[in-house]
Amino acid sequence: MTCVTVGDLEAWLREYAGLIRANKEALTQLDSAIGDADHGINMDRGMQAVVAALDGTEFAHVAKLFQKVGMTLVSTVGGAAGPLYGTYFLRFGTEAGDVAELTVAELGEALSAGLGGVVARGKPEPGDKTMFDAMAPATEAYNAAVAGGADLAAALRAALTAAEQGRDDTIPMLARKGRASYLGERSIGHQDPGATSTALLFAAAVAAMA
Amino acid sequence: MKKLINAPDAVVAEALLGMEAAHPELSIDHELQIIYRADAPVAGKVGVISGGGSGHEPMHGGYVGTGMLDAACPGAVFTSPTPDQMLAATKKVDGGRGVLHIVKNYTGDVMNFEMAAELAAAEGIEVKSVVTNDDVAVEDSLYTAGRRGVGVTVLLEKIVGAAAEEGRSLDDLVALGEKVNANGRSMGMALTSCIVPAAGTPTFDLGEGEMEIGIGIHGEPGRYREPMGSAAQIAQRILDPVIHDFPLKRGATVLAFVNGMGGTPLLELYLMYGEVAKLLDDRGITVARSLVGNYITSLEMAGCSVTLLRLDDELAALWDAPVKTPGLRWGA
Repeated sequence: MTCVTVGDLEAWLREYAGLIRANKEALTQLDSAIGDADHGINMDRGMQAVVAALDGTEFAHVAKLFQKVGMTLVSTVGGAAGPLYGTYFLRFGTEAGDVAELTVAELGEALSAGLGGVVARGKPEPGDKTMFDAMAPATEAYNAAVAGGADLAAALRAALTAAEQGRDDTIPMLARKGRASYLGERSIGHQDPGATSTALLFAAAVAAMA
Repeated sequence: MKKLINAPDAVVAEALLGMEAAHPELSIDHELQIIYRADAPVAGKVGVISGGGSGHEPMHGGYVGTGMLDAACPGAVFTSPTPDQMLAATKKVDGGRGVLHIVKNYTGDVMNFEMAAELAAAEGIEVKSVVTNDDVAVEDSLYTAGRRGVGVTVLLEKIVGAAAEEGRSLDDLVALGEKVNANGRSMGMALTSCIVPAAGTPTFDLGEGEMEIGIGIHGEPGRYREPMGSAAQIAQRILDPVIHDFPLKRGATVLAFVNGMGGTPLLELYLMYGEVAKLLDDRGITVARSLVGNYITSLEMAGCSVTLLRLDDELAALWDAPVKTPGLRWGA
């Protein structure tokens, strides 16, 4: 595949909704260890609303699709994940623009813009034990693979490997953001739920587009 | 899980139906989940709104009414409400002099209110925010999301709400809110966990003989766990860090607030208040006002928190001003 169509991106989002549903309890379990026991519940509510929005509308452009996805998540997820994932998809769509398909490199630019939105909204630093710790390496790995001549499938697989590594790397981290930070040293040894749901986002991308 | 509910996903929506039936003086937008005073917007008055996850009742919806909040946005249980909700509430209570957002310092609440303020500004409404962060249990606030907003939020909503009713400006209310927050400190403890309805199981495990000191209002762990103690010991455990954090000197005058987390009987809360009053007296601190009861809860968690607010004449007078809400009501 050399280009990603609106339909491919919709398939990615539906796949993500399915993975969130399948991992709803697991995400909530991770969140109850170091947060407030609602991440799986909230993400599932939001992604089901996204699926309902996809079912009801035909999207001609990437920007329109992701504006709808972003606003749906902002208004249905709540918590910190709502504004963070909402901003992620809004910025992704704005960067992609009014186009029906994205090149492999353009997809990387959109992923980077989404990451930039998360940074602007949540002000995470590397190692704070947040979704950023999975999202930043995944985005970097995707762009590096594309720069090295990889095709879409290979680049997405590289992103997933980096996201999962980033997710696992949150286990020994001391949380410095979000509710997990209140635990201090007791946050060490637990996998971050936000990094986990972000790794699923890249797993969905591989399943739908690679 | 044993709860008085029909379906875990419908808890907040159905509670709002009941609230509307019980309180005709409120008006409720069920679609967006917003609780308003029925006379909103009040012309010439700054609108005051707050919001946060459900599960802390009566906060915030129970504080909507004359002399306190103009509107409250409840989120899902323990989950911040959303910017579209806050924007709708902001527009509805704007009486032409701007709108104040009272925000508890949690990552999600702060981000969602920030987005709402950006959206409101884009529609030409002046919005300012006051963030509460009074929980001294969070020690290393530089390397965390900062101190959590807890008991002081209730006192701030009452005091700032009274000042808004007097007709003070948005800037004055921000300054007043910051003054209340700067002069208040809290710390809590838990005897049992709470159960988020949609999760169905306890948020944390606490052994029969244990207690958690420094607990948050969402079951977030506190400073440490230790074997269960007597009420007198617990009062000292949670009051001393509060006093030391100010630090409060002999001769200070305070409002003392003993709050129940939802699952502790008033009998025990009054007993705790007695212990707190004794300790304050021993330290030469004068209690000029008091509040005892379940005002900022954590579902069915058993336990309590103590909040002290250093009072001056201005704050005491605003505390005494009439208030007429489901959760606090006097003089009106």
